[in-house]
Formats: sequence, structure tokens, C-alpha cells
Amino acid sequence: MNDITQGLAEAARLVVTRDPDLVNISLLSLRVTLTALVIASAIAIPLGTMLAIQRFRFRRTVIAVLNALMGLPPVVVGLVVYVLLSRAGPLGVLGLLFTPAAMIIAQVIIITPLIASVTHQAMRDLWAEYHDLLISMNTTKAQRIATLMWDGRRTLLTATLAGFGRAIGEVGAIMIVGGNIDNATRVLTTAIALETGKGNFALALGLGFVLIGLAIVVNLAIHALSRTEREGRW
Amino acid sequence: MTRLLPLHLSGATVRRRGKRLLGPVDLKLDAGRLTVLLGPNGSGKTTLLRVMHGVERLSEGRISWAGPDDIVERDQAFVFQTPIMLRRSVLANLAYPLKLAGVGRASRNEQARDWAQRIGLGCALDTPAPRLSGGERQKLALARALIRKPQVLFLDEPCASLDGAATRDIEDLLRQARSDGITILMATHDMGQARRLADDVIFMVSGAVHERGDAQTTLSSPETTALRAFLNGDILP
Amino acid sequence: MTRHIPLLALATLIATPAMAEDLRLAVTTSFENSGLADVLLPAIAEDTGINVQLLVVGTGQAIRLGEAGDVDAILVHARAAEEAFVADGYGTARQQIMYNDFVLIGPAADPASIASAETAAAALADISTVQAPFVSRGDDSGTHKAELALWAAAGTDPATFGDWYNAVGAGMGAALNTASGLNAYILADRASWLNFGNKGDLALLFAGDPALFNQYTFIPVNPDAQPGTNIDGATRLQDWLISDRAADLINGYTIAGEPLFVFNANAAP
Repeated sequence: MNDITQGLAEAARLVVTRDPDLVNISLLSLRVTLTALVIASAIAIPLGTMLAIQRFRFRRTVIAVLNALMGLPPVVVGLVVYVLLSRAGPLGVLGLLFTPAAMIIAQVIIITPLIASVTHQAMRDLWAEYHDLLISMNTTKAQRIATLMWDGRRTLLTATLAGFGRAIGEVGAIMIVGGNIDNATRVLTTAIALETGKGNFALALGLGFVLIGLAIVVNLAIHALSRTEREGRW
Repeated sequence: MTRLLPLHLSGATVRRRGKRLLGPVDLKLDAGRLTVLLGPNGSGKTTLLRVMHGVERLSEGRISWAGPDDIVERDQAFVFQTPIMLRRSVLANLAYPLKLAGVGRASRNEQARDWAQRIGLGCALDTPAPRLSGGERQKLALARALIRKPQVLFLDEPCASLDGAATRDIEDLLRQARSDGITILMATHDMGQARRLADDVIFMVSGAVHERGDAQTTLSSPETTALRAFLNGDILP
Repeated sequence: MTRHIPLLALATLIATPAMAEDLRLAVTTSFENSGLADVLLPAIAEDTGINVQLLVVGTGQAIRLGEAGDVDAILVHARAAEEAFVADGYGTARQQIMYNDFVLIGPAADPASIASAETAAAALADISTVQAPFVSRGDDSGTHKAELALWAAAGTDPATFGDWYNAVGAGMGAALNTASGLNAYILADRASWLNFGNKGDLALLFAGDPALFNQYTFIPVNPDAQPGTNIDGATRLQDWLISDRAADLINGYTIAGEPLFVFNANAAP
């Protein structure tokens, strides 16, 4: 219990003093995760929607693979991305290992299946509702996807936030591909792992509380955005 | 304007899982008429409508419109028994077909507002369409079907679960549409509605056209025993 | 506004600030935990313009990173592995820099009475005799290898140990946390121990046996094996690490008044 109190005090101290390290680490966390989220959503949302409305030969297989990938341990993703980006690996020439870009790649791989899968489930229900109407109106495939995505945007937001939650809290993969380099690739989660390793539980917990706070702020901000939009549109 | 009609069906047959749902049907549908489809449940009315509209594929036979394919796809609309509302506002639902057609925002919103007025939803432009009452939803669905001025309108029992007032509004809209030159084909269970609206009647039994003719004669002196029984309210085998 | 977010995100992604020469150095957790890096890195940047990026990993992973050319040099403490690394052509040559020492940590009550042992090997033999709980790094790190060498010197084999021997497969800090939780014995480097914040009931029980000395060695990655690496920077860093300035900083570094490292770059290996 004492550790938690100290952790809260530490979190308060870090935030109040705007500890420059904390600011850097938090900004990098946000930058990496939000970039990964944008890229993953751009892939996963149209993919999930397409899986919901398009019948094709390996559709069931693709869905099963997506669902299985949702459970992929991040460490495995990290290892695979490491092997690919390593200078000795096939993409080594890009020089991306131990950079924020490598962390973004790993996070995109981790959260794309999650967002695509949630999107697919939501869009499948909406498509069942809209099917006859959109077929009757002779919509193109692109129009169908756009309509479903727009009308299902609140569910998609949930899918996206689930992806954000998984990405911002992820440590195993970005530890491997980012390397937790001070001032370069250290983010909140890897800093927490580091401080825990040093036995600095108060600081580690403090960073943990900052992470939770950050996640809450981002969630509230996104919800606020979507609410303003609803009033305008409905 | 390129005319879509007449529409010809020859040997039109639909089979699903080895069961014949429709046909073979040979039929010619002329322009400018309001034709009512009658028949017991399972007689193939809905399937026939869907086949004509092109959302159901034929197993055999052919269907041919007088106009070219792109006009065929564009110039017809369908109103379902249970109206399907987009999860959007009344205004956005009405504007949606225009948006698909690439009509500019200002113009489509203006037309949508006009139609909302006509169906009595002028004060509910921003209401989410799924929150409307059943009658309002069906009126909205009909207006949405008419907003692009189709040449042909299909309706599948549009008033099946509506009260009298809503049914009257829908019928008024349909009369107006017919006088605007829209060809209408509507399935219904409501014999009164058939008598009030129909120019022509098609009576279906077991997936086939059993009797057809102009409404006046057919409904007052049916030729077949089956239609006579149906009009009497008997249960058909 | 929403449609600009991806663009903004991409812009921030691409716009990495211009930096001084970067050099990637894989170091062991024990080195990082000592806090010495916080003293050395700013001095290195100031004197050489090299921005050293530390990858804090176990010795095993450090050597793998060097073999793959993902770092420009390694600073580790596991002699046999280092010699193999150089012999296989992945590193240019070993350069010893400094040493610190390992210490035996355990419950303050000291159930195996190792505080009075003659040698480190004897202390471990005492622990195995009473089968007191022991936490091992178990991660192929330099510290783990040193521990295994001591067990061998004590004439024992961890493979035959019972439940009291816990190989956690984790870094120094995590292993210390485990030892603290189990109130168990553990072999740790002195620096990690002094900097460790969760000591609980643990205490330093045995130190000073020369067998516990822990030699740190710097090895640049061989550009012949991995052409993309920064051998020039690694050479300049090595020159700095054996300089008098480095010697002063290393010898002068203390925690709680205790010196931790002994600079020995110029001594015979």
C-alpha cells in the first residue's frame, strides 16, 4: 500500500514539475502510438469492413487468421520485426532498428488484427441491416464501404480505442525493436520496466500512473471530438 | 428521356436450394400504370419484385428492359416491407441517394428539405431516422425512393404494419407519383388498397401468374376460381 | 480538422531532429544499473561529439546484437564469450576498461552463515549445503556466467539442485526484486546492489574474493563482418575510454561514498 501512495506522490511530483525526461518520454509514447494507430486504422478499418461485405474464397481463413493474430504475444512480434530490421536481416539497409519507426512498425503489426477484427464484427451486423437497401440503390463497393464506415463510426471509434489501449501499454515488442535508448526510443512502458528493474518502485509506479492518466486523457479527447460531431450531424 | 419500359420477362424462374420459388413467369409491364401484385403468402410476390429490381438472380429465363443497363440501374427504386433506415438524420437519409449520384451538397440538401416537408417531417430534419415511428419511417423510405425521380418504383407491402393515417399518406404519395408518370408495381395484402389504387392487377399463386387484367374488371369479376376464392377471403390450398 | 491528424502524425514521424554523430553501444544491465553511464555519456559527448545510444541488454543479447551489426560496439563482462566473439571475426579486439566486483547478497539473518566463509566458492558451497533459497539470473548474462563458474569452483552443479535454486531468466534488477521477495541469496554486481531501491530484508554478506572481480571489456564490431557499422566512432570512443579523463571519472565514481569501479585499461590483461 505504501508503495502505491509513494507512486501517486511520485506521479504528482513528475507532473507538477514537468520533469523534462517525463515530458520527452510521454511525447514519444504518444507520437509512436498515435502514428501506429493512424496507420493501423487506415489498414484495419477498410479491411475489416471489406471482410464484412465481400464474399471471397479465403474469407473465413482470413478472419480466422486475424482472430488468431489478436492473441499473438507482442514479444514474438518484436522478435520478428527485430530479425527483419536487423542490419543482418532482409530490411537492414533501411537502418530502422532502434528508432521510433521500428516501434511504430511493431505496434502496427500488433494492433492491426485487433482493430480489423472488432471492425469486422461491428460492420457485419451493420451490413446485415443495410444489405438490401444498399444493393437496391445500386451502390458501388466503395460507396458501401464508405457508408458502413461512416454510419458505424462510433463502433469504429471503440475499435480504435481498443487498439490505442493495447499499443500505449505495450512493452515487450518495443523493448526489443526500440531498445529503450535514453532520449531516442525510451517510452513510458520501457521506462517503467527499467525502473522496476532497478527496484525503484515508486518511480515506476509514478510513471505507470502517468501512463494511465495519459490514456484517460486521450480517450476523453477522442470521445469529446466524436460527440461534437454527433450534434452537428444528427 | 430514355424509356425503361416496357419490361419483358420470359420463362423467368428462381430456384433456391432445389425449391422453385418463382416461375416460369412470362410478363410484360407497361409504362405509366400502377400494378398491384396480389396473392397468398409464399406465392412469389416478393421474389418477383426482387427479380425485376435486379437484387435477386434468375435461375432460368430472361428479363429485358427497353433501356440500356446504366439507366436500368439508375432509374428504379425499391421500398421494403420493413423500411431500412440509415443511422443518420432524416435529412441525411433523404439526401443519401442524391449523394450517391454525385449531386452537390447545397442542391441535395434543398431537395431533401422539400421532400421532408412533403412527408410532414419538415420539423424533424435532424432527428435520427431510426428513432422515427413506423409510419414516419415508411414515408421517409418512400420519399427517399422517389427523390431521384425513378421511372419505376417497386413496393413490397409498404403498409403492412401501418395505421390508417400513415397508410393514407403513403397512398397519397403513390397517387402523386403515378400522376408524375412513374410506373409502380406494388405487392399488397390489403384488398381495399388494391381497389383504391390499382390500374392493373396481377394475381399470383405458387410462384406463377395466375390471372391478370385491369383492376376494375379483374377485381369485380375474376375469371379464375382461385382469385374468386382469394377475393372472398377463403384460404387457398 | 480530423483529416489532418494523419498528416500531422506522419510529419512528426519524419521530422526527427538533426543529431550529432550517433553510436550504438550494447551494454549489460549491471553497467547501466550502476549509474556510471550517466556520468560518462555527457563527458563523451562533450569531448568527442559522439552521442552514445545505450542498448541495455544481457551479455548474450549484447553479443547477438554485435554479431548482427545492430550496434557499433559492445561493453560486456564475460571473458569466454568475448574471446569467441573476437575469434569468430565479429569484433576487432578486446580492450579491457575497468572492473568492479560481484557481491553475495542474502537475508540479513544469513541462515547459511556465508559471511564468515573463506572464499566465494566456499560461501556458495555453504548455501547449497543448507539448501537456502537462491536466485540465479539464469539469462546467460555475464553475471550468470560468473555465478556458474563459482558453482563449478565449489564442486557443485546447479543442474542437480532442488527447488531452492531459482533461475529466473531476468535482468539484474528483476532478479534482485525476486530475491527480495523470496528473501533469498543472490550473486549481484556491487553497483546494481548499491543502486537497488527495494532491498527489503537483504544485506551484503560476502565480498572481496578476487574470484568475484568482474572485468568489463570494450569491443568494437568488426567492419569486415558488418560493413554498415560505425568503426570510426567506435575507435574514437575506445580511445576516450582508455584516456586519463575516463580513468578519473571511473575511479572517482561513488555511490553512498563507496567507489565502485577500478580503471585498469592500461594494466596487463
